[in-house]
Amino acid sequence: MKEIKTTSIVLAGVGGQGILLASEIVAQAAMAAGYEVKTNEVHGMAQRGGSVLAQIRYGKKVYSPLVGCGTAQVLGSLERIEALRFASYLAPGGLCVVNSQKIVPVTVSMGAASYPDDAEIRLKNKFPNLIYFDAAEEAGTCGNLRAANVALLGALSTGLDLPEKAWHKAIEVSVPEKYKDVNLKAFERGKTKA
Amino acid sequence: MAMRLLSGNEAIARGAYEAGVTVATGYPGTPSTEILENVVKYKEDIYCEWAPNEKVALEVAAAAAYAGARCIVTMKHVGLNVAADPLMTLSYVGVEGGLVICVADDPGMHSSQNEQDTRNYACFAKIPVIEPSDSQEAKNFVLSGLELSEKYKTPVILRTTTRVSHSRSMVETAERINLQKKIGFVKDPPRFVPLPAFARGMRKKVETRLSLMADHASKSELNKTELNDKALGIITSSIAYQYVREVWPQASVLKLGLTYPFPDKLIREFAAQVKDLLIVEELDPIIEEHVLSLGLKCEGRKYIPGIGELSADVLFAARRKMEGKEAVQVEPGEKDLPGRPPVLCAGCPHRGIFYALGKQDVVVTGDIGCYSLGTLKPLDRMDTILCMGGGVSMAHGLDKAGENKKVVGIVGDSTFFHSGITGLLDIAYNKGKSTIIVVDNRITAMTGHQDNPGSGKTLMGEKTIAASIPEIGRACGISRVREVNPYDLQKTEKVIKEELDAEEPSLIVSIAPCALKEKKKLGPVLKIDADVCKKCGQCLKLGCPAIESAEGEIKINPYLCIGCSMCSQVCPFGAIISEEEQ
Repeated sequence: MKEIKTTSIVLAGVGGQGILLASEIVAQAAMAAGYEVKTNEVHGMAQRGGSVLAQIRYGKKVYSPLVGCGTAQVLGSLERIEALRFASYLAPGGLCVVNSQKIVPVTVSMGAASYPDDAEIRLKNKFPNLIYFDAAEEAGTCGNLRAANVALLGALSTGLDLPEKAWHKAIEVSVPEKYKDVNLKAFERGKTKA
Repeated sequence: MAMRLLSGNEAIARGAYEAGVTVATGYPGTPSTEILENVVKYKEDIYCEWAPNEKVALEVAAAAAYAGARCIVTMKHVGLNVAADPLMTLSYVGVEGGLVICVADDPGMHSSQNEQDTRNYACFAKIPVIEPSDSQEAKNFVLSGLELSEKYKTPVILRTTTRVSHSRSMVETAERINLQKKIGFVKDPPRFVPLPAFARGMRKKVETRLSLMADHASKSELNKTELNDKALGIITSSIAYQYVREVWPQASVLKLGLTYPFPDKLIREFAAQVKDLLIVEELDPIIEEHVLSLGLKCEGRKYIPGIGELSADVLFAARRKMEGKEAVQVEPGEKDLPGRPPVLCAGCPHRGIFYALGKQDVVVTGDIGCYSLGTLKPLDRMDTILCMGGGVSMAHGLDKAGENKKVVGIVGDSTFFHSGITGLLDIAYNKGKSTIIVVDNRITAMTGHQDNPGSGKTLMGEKTIAASIPEIGRACGISRVREVNPYDLQKTEKVIKEELDAEEPSLIVSIAPCALKEKKKLGPVLKIDADVCKKCGQCLKLGCPAIESAEGEIKINPYLCIGCSMCSQVCPFGAIISEEEQ
């Protein structure tokens, strides 16, 4: 078994869902908590509606910006089946947080593939430590559907050792002033899903 | 002094600012694009521009460096192929002000058509290459590179990879150096004019410089020896260093930052201190082959893959192999998940062209840009891609070979300006008859919306000319020049058909702005009237991500639809309507 000194987080979703902002908030929170941080995100071709992956690592000393197989403490997914796609990153027993939103890929629409109708069951079987909820709905009750990514982070934060103050500071520096309150609310709401 | 979380590309931009750079040029290309996008933040101090292509970018910067300015040029690995012509001779002529050519490689081909190793160019052109392994080094190496460049009067390549350019790590920033450099070109033909008589002298100087720099490399602070357990010594560079530190925490490491000219003395000293020597490098075995040529025993490619990118996982597997252990069985991922490839955006104007072309039995030579996605099903209307601008000239090649089918070349506006114009000129000059379509959205879209000569705006935000593609076509000698609105499918189909039927070359310019950049609705959001829909699937042939079909039902996602109306134009039953029409 590899010794895990560095905390690793993997965020998955579909281009356009706000993965990059979510990644920024996690990174800022880890920095606010005094850790060295490295992140990696996908750019270019891969962002045109394709699967998107962001990786964040923090600790006293971080070398690789990439998360190794089976080493992520938490896996967050903004789309239902993307968590299954990137499941191998999660360490055994790690926390998996999934937004129940379903985004149908073009491959399904054109009949070349099918969208699993048993995704929720598969998630439950795959991840013993699973939080599964409609993050957009929770964000909506806070005033903005688009804060779904931050609601997801709220739930995800329960699996990490970063102090609440660091998260709040990270949200404050990462989102525009006028969206600060709704995002802070969405984060707190997400936490209650744990 | 402040610590900031910066990507490698942001850090290079910061490094250029701190190092007193005054001229920065480049052409967009993933993973290099964000360097200039961040340099422009310092436009008060740094003149910066997007050039039409990498060759032009390097030539502009080379001349600025002749005059004494500190310069950087940015491009992706394949861009250096385009700039290779000036590079090879610039090595002979050299520079006065420092010149660092920032080239970003893409091991694993995340957004590229090949995975060439730029370090080969350094050896080929006989100029130094420096390789940062994180953002702090990316920033610092810009200054080191410029100093090296000025000391030896040579251009220097700063080579990153996708993981260096796009990973973010913490960077300590500093103030800008106040250089007060005197700018002025000093006439000196034997120095600046490589006529054969002068070039022969330059050729010898290149070799002398190389050997001086090799001595320098052995003393350079960019190369670091980390002595630890001496049973295994690893020579590595770039991002691979980070993986090595995780996988072999006990090993001694020689980390090369100035990889070429090879620091032979340092390599020999290191090799003498360790029992076994392993070379860990991404892509080509450049260090390994050199170490072997020194007569030193080492392992490398036997265990470390040369195809695709490295990672700690890949190196853990290599380590087990080296130690004679069985490979760890990775738990297979979930099967039967639907693929989620990138697609043309909802409302993308390129879709109209591909859909219309789908009705024609033609060969389509394509090019590099978002429209490469027209290759994928269901549009499936691009048959070849080779390189920037190739879509134009290759149509001509097929035509001249006597291809039975009509040939259509497709190219975007930025790619047309980059290197499509010369192909079009060839078609007109050599009496070709292919049809060239320029999908003109007035922006370099794929790399994230950089301005180009057609945008009417410079990188520094100034208003400027907006080069007209129809006019360029006419100036090249193409007399059949047509403009179409790609959202009007019937008209587009008609124009394409007419031009294919013509027995002379033609240029069709499809004019519509990038839907992703504009971010506005083109019309009312549409929906499918379930009572009228016969589920014939015609709309699905557009491959629009807003049209979702699952569990036997076809729906339009109102959050993605921008009301471009192409789907309602193709629906034979009039089932696709706006809310108001219902």
